Amino acid sequence: MKPAPFEYYAPKTAEEALQNLTDLGYSGKVLAGGQSLIPAMNFRMARPSALVDLNKVAELAYIKPTAEGGFAIGTMTRDNVVEHDASIRQKMPIVAETIGYIAHPQIRARGTFGGAEAHADPAAQIPALCMLLNAKMLVKRKGSERWVNAEDFIVGPFMTVLEPEELLAEVVLPPLAPRTAGSYKQVSRQRGGYAQAATISLVSLDDRNKVKDVRCVLFSVGETPILSKYAAKVLVGNDATTEAIADVAAYVAKNECDPGTDLHGTAEYRRQMVEVLVGRSLTEAVARAKK
Amino acid sequence: MTQLVKINLTVNGVQYEREVEPRLLLSDFIRHDLHLTGTHVGCEHGLCGACTIILDGQSVRSCIMFAVMADGSTIETVESLGTPDHLHPVQEAFMEKHALQCGFCTPGFLMTIVDYLGDNKNPTDEEIREAIDGNFCRCTGYENIVEAVKLAAQKMAAHS
Repeated sequence: MKPAPFEYYAPKTAEEALQNLTDLGYSGKVLAGGQSLIPAMNFRMARPSALVDLNKVAELAYIKPTAEGGFAIGTMTRDNVVEHDASIRQKMPIVAETIGYIAHPQIRARGTFGGAEAHADPAAQIPALCMLLNAKMLVKRKGSERWVNAEDFIVGPFMTVLEPEELLAEVVLPPLAPRTAGSYKQVSRQRGGYAQAATISLVSLDDRNKVKDVRCVLFSVGETPILSKYAAKVLVGNDATTEAIADVAAYVAKNECDPGTDLHGTAEYRRQMVEVLVGRSLTEAVARAKK
Repeated sequence: MTQLVKINLTVNGVQYEREVEPRLLLSDFIRHDLHLTGTHVGCEHGLCGACTIILDGQSVRSCIMFAVMADGSTIETVESLGTPDHLHPVQEAFMEKHALQCGFCTPGFLMTIVDYLGDNKNPTDEEIREAIDGNFCRCTGYENIVEAVKLAAQKMAAHS
């Protein structure tokens, strides 16, 4: 199992990398942490003709607080750096909780935040997390840049709006409202393995404990991460009662996800798990937001 | 024409300069170019953990990195740990607790555990199981490996 040959570029700056991507067009592919791309190349499921390796582009690895109170994460920031960032842990504990479910420590030491987002694996945690937090993607190409919302960034399994000349340069996580908390729940065959179904919820409460805002994202049960519209419709402005959460969980499982069948679980099983996981993650997020 | 890229790196304290093909996996570079065959290649797609090495202070999979990506880095492989006469405390603990049978996965476990115990001096059983969740062993059933990690932690505490 060895990768097919490819042309190799190792730019030292973001500008050089964008020039490489412009020159290469459709034959160029970005190499970030490589924790998904290289296994795919070992199997020869992926055979890029040229790789632009960003591992020497130091300026793309950073975590900066934003003026609004959120965080700007450079695309090459390793998963475990985001996971262990004290400031993110304090302001957005759901980030570390979610990243802790990505594979194993060895993978999180190499995998990158932007690489996982741009890879858009339907079973991956970071695209779901970005959708949950309503993240903004800074997409650059030589001479220009644009911003894309997380909900618009991924268009299908392993497909994003990125053009061949473009690079996901930075992900901005907006600040959370006061009294906001999240909860991650998944079912998988072993720790660190792909989830058969997974859910992350984020709930904001007002002074009277009524739901001010709720975001509930499902993944590994459809072609992309899925943001439940029903959860917000039913819960916002109301008390998050056990009955209301059960209603959301049942509706989401029946109508808002599209799981497939494979040897690890049937579509029916996964739907049932979605109901269970949505119930548990909303309940826990509400309880945490009340504290 | 095959593209060759010059890389400089330090492996087990020895500095190497080599020219490599960009598609050469770091695991193959370590085994075939440097002849350090203690690093094992199992699944070759990042699942089994047999190829685990320590790169710039962190345990990583060498089979899902290209050698060119390790340019400028410092690597430790299992050969850096101990000799038959002077085993590393983790190796001693593996021997005393029968934490291996066929031994294929052992280099990967050792590197994972050496990295982990460097930051976590007194782990619980649960934490140990989490720490080794990225390494597969098909012989032992893991129980003796968990015991060995506990013993290794005690040995390392006594040494320090």
